[in-house]
Amino acid sequence: MIKNAGSTLLFDSSDWNFKTLSHAYDAIETIAIDELGLDVYPNQLEIISSEQMLDAYSSVGMPLMYQHWSFGKRFVYEENGYRKGHHGLAYELVINSNPCITYLMEENTMAMQTLVTAHAAFGHNHFFKNNYLFKQWTDAGAILSYMEFSKKYIAKCEERHGTSAVEAILDSAHALMDQGVFRYRRPPRLSSKKEQERARERLEYEEQTYSDLWRTLPRATGRPDPEEAERDAMERKKVLNLPEENLLYFLEKNSLILEPWQRELLRIVRVIAQYFYPQRQTKVMNEGCATYVHYTIMNRLFDQGKISEGAMLEMLHSHSSVVFQPHFDDPRFSGLNPYALGFAMMQDIERICNQPTSEDRDWFPAIAGSGRWRETLIDAWANHRDESFILQYLSPALIRKFRLFQLTDEASNKYCEVASIHNERGYSEIRKALARSYDVSANSQDIQVVDVDLLGDRQLRLEHRMKNGVLLEETSRDATLAHIRHLWGYGVSLAGVDGKTGAARYACSTG
Amino acid sequence: MPNFIDRRLNPKDKSLGNRQRFLKRAREELKRFIKDRVKTDKIADVDSDHAVPMPARGASEPTFQPARGSGDRQYVLPGNRDYMPGDRIDKPQGGGGSGSSAGKGEDEDNFQFLLSREEVLELFFEDLELPDMIKLSLKEAVAFKPRRAGFATSGSPTNINVSRTMRNSYGRRIALQRPKRKTLEALAQEIEALATEPELGIAERRHLEDLRVQLDLLERRRRRIPYVDPVDIRFNRFERQPLPNANAVMFCLMDVSSSMGEREKDLAKRFFVLLHLFLKRRYDRIDIVFIRHTDEAGEVDEDTFFYSTQSGGTVVSTALEEMLRIIQERYPAKEWNIYAAQASDGDNVSRDSDRCASLLTSELMRLCQYYAYVEIIDERESEIFGSTDNGTSLWRAYRTVDGEWPNFQMTRIARPSDIYPVFRKLFARQPTLQFR
Repeated sequence: MIKNAGSTLLFDSSDWNFKTLSHAYDAIETIAIDELGLDVYPNQLEIISSEQMLDAYSSVGMPLMYQHWSFGKRFVYEENGYRKGHHGLAYELVINSNPCITYLMEENTMAMQTLVTAHAAFGHNHFFKNNYLFKQWTDAGAILSYMEFSKKYIAKCEERHGTSAVEAILDSAHALMDQGVFRYRRPPRLSSKKEQERARERLEYEEQTYSDLWRTLPRATGRPDPEEAERDAMERKKVLNLPEENLLYFLEKNSLILEPWQRELLRIVRVIAQYFYPQRQTKVMNEGCATYVHYTIMNRLFDQGKISEGAMLEMLHSHSSVVFQPHFDDPRFSGLNPYALGFAMMQDIERICNQPTSEDRDWFPAIAGSGRWRETLIDAWANHRDESFILQYLSPALIRKFRLFQLTDEASNKYCEVASIHNERGYSEIRKALARSYDVSANSQDIQVVDVDLLGDRQLRLEHRMKNGVLLEETSRDATLAHIRHLWGYGVSLAGVDGKTGAARYACSTG
Repeated sequence: MPNFIDRRLNPKDKSLGNRQRFLKRAREELKRFIKDRVKTDKIADVDSDHAVPMPARGASEPTFQPARGSGDRQYVLPGNRDYMPGDRIDKPQGGGGSGSSAGKGEDEDNFQFLLSREEVLELFFEDLELPDMIKLSLKEAVAFKPRRAGFATSGSPTNINVSRTMRNSYGRRIALQRPKRKTLEALAQEIEALATEPELGIAERRHLEDLRVQLDLLERRRRRIPYVDPVDIRFNRFERQPLPNANAVMFCLMDVSSSMGEREKDLAKRFFVLLHLFLKRRYDRIDIVFIRHTDEAGEVDEDTFFYSTQSGGTVVSTALEEMLRIIQERYPAKEWNIYAAQASDGDNVSRDSDRCASLLTSELMRLCQYYAYVEIIDERESEIFGSTDNGTSLWRAYRTVDGEWPNFQMTRIARPSDIYPVFRKLFARQPTLQFR
């Protein structure tokens, strides 16, 4: 550890090399494990160049990804923005896998590399390993080999069936990615080793199975009995497990025209969508956790005299630009910054545990003044997602600090109304509204398969349960319906009903 | 201890394949865009990188999106200064406010990205139906030839310049006084001679000791100073020098009377661009001279040539005379390779066509490397005429020239794909680049 006489600094210049990186890593690890009590996957740190970072961006942050034009489009977009200086590149990128892979940019200074190691390799890593959503919904051990399988599989399909045929299916599947996740049901686990075998078996099996949808026998003549029709419909819904929220799953299992390999493509897209679903639900917590961890570790290293003042200033500069929150009327404003909110909440919890005010004691009787901030944080990171975390831990002090206020925007009015502000009467209202805005399942469009007309024209009936009367944007809605039709093979109709009352609002269909 | 991996050595351009797929997808739109660019750009600028806007169609990825300005929403925003509950804020015109629901609505309206020269040319060649080999050779950049250019301290071992290296090493050996082998040998012999003496006096013994010490010193010194040191080594340095090429001048002649419309001019422009691309590959410096004519001809700049209309009759010979005048004035045929391309709809004053033919045969064709004439006609006419000899008076007159001179080419075009045949002969003579 000790390099030049008397100096305990981990590094004393902005250049990094693998030796200083691993020294810094060891010092950070000691603090993270012993003092903060974090529990992490083994780490794998990879040094990449800026071009490779752009590549990683455009393949949604996955080290392996199948080929598709939309990633090319994203690459062109990112590269352009980067070249013109509209946006910089992230300092790091971290992948939820076991071992946890962190990308470090080669352009970073040694101080930045230290900061990033603490942020990603310990903060994010701990969160991935311990948060209940990730534990339940993603399989960190299997994702990399699954991605490898999917990349190979899709490349093979392209060779066998032509690029455009594969692209057509993938385009349609991408359009339904938001509607391709299970929100309430545990998905079956991937076991990557058996994946290839399973694919082959499924192909054989699919070709032999009998699907009730293909029933073409004429029915007994005479007027259909309404009761019998009712019974039939019930029966059918039971067989098909309707209503079904996961459109991709439904199409994969029940579509009438897809070849086995096409079903496998839908499955791949679905698995990837499912894998990213927890990340969308824990943006604030995940970044908050990582930012809080790096901030704590940096300060501890500085107190131990392992970081020079210059390096500390550099870190603080980038830290404060990451957690900067512009006001709503600032031209730089683009919504609440998850880093800022998350970091502020973590720090606030620490404050409430150690130096509570009387207000905090009223609001958080369980943790105020307990002094157990470490345990409280670790428990929160493990058992919450953004919505529940904010609902439980957003304190009045923070609402005042951010000067939060709530706007009500009703389509029928020409104005927005300020519903509540950061005062006694507004705290709990604002807390509820903010938590709701982070509820992913409440904010994504709820579209479900409700029925299939098996005996008539085999039309697929979808239902859009509208929340607060929010409609769908029509051009993209129709284009997406066309994609569903492409996968289903017959007509598709969509009916919008009011989420609360169930009253029909609109209906549209593809021919 | 974490596992460090250095990924920087991995192959680059992981996204290149995806980029190509994206371009393929947006091909139609990009093609249209490049076509418009060719109309407006200067001929010489066609084959460069172009910034193009993000294609809207063919590259859209629809999903179910909430419609703006419908339903009731709640926003929680930071930074309240003086609002009180119950205050009303007028909505901005044009949809809902930008709340926390700002999704992927990134501003792609004025978004531009760069197409490389190759990609641009690929799109430009699309309708011209060029053979693949021609496409490849047109996309090729200028040929280079390595040329000796002094010495360098680094290089590949094959390029070591021995004499220069040894000269440096010699100078260094003198400066650092590296003992020569001869002196060492002489000393050694002296020592040996002394050592084999049976009886040595004290002084002689001391002298022997001194000699031994001296020999030892010299040997160490010799070991310390290498015979050839890395600092002596010099490599031959090479510069990539573009192949020396003669100059070319390209005459663009066009009829600009009102009968030449938008479509005709566009076709003519592509024809000129193609010739220019071909010349660019072969010559270092290309001058382009634009001559437009109605019933009188004049040299103009490129913009005027393509975009301003003149009214008046059509006397083609004036353009040829103007060209002849310019050649005599500025481009002596000894120093310049002269190429000419003429586009017209075939209208001409009666009796002038024969004059054109005689001008060509007597004067111009001797000066020109190549003369291409295209007559731009309607699609309907092209079916009628085909390749028959009857046609406009100018066409008939030029047929006589065509028979006489091998470097004269003429054709009728109605579609972009008809352009290439004019150049077929030109490209067929693939000139092998000679190293001079």
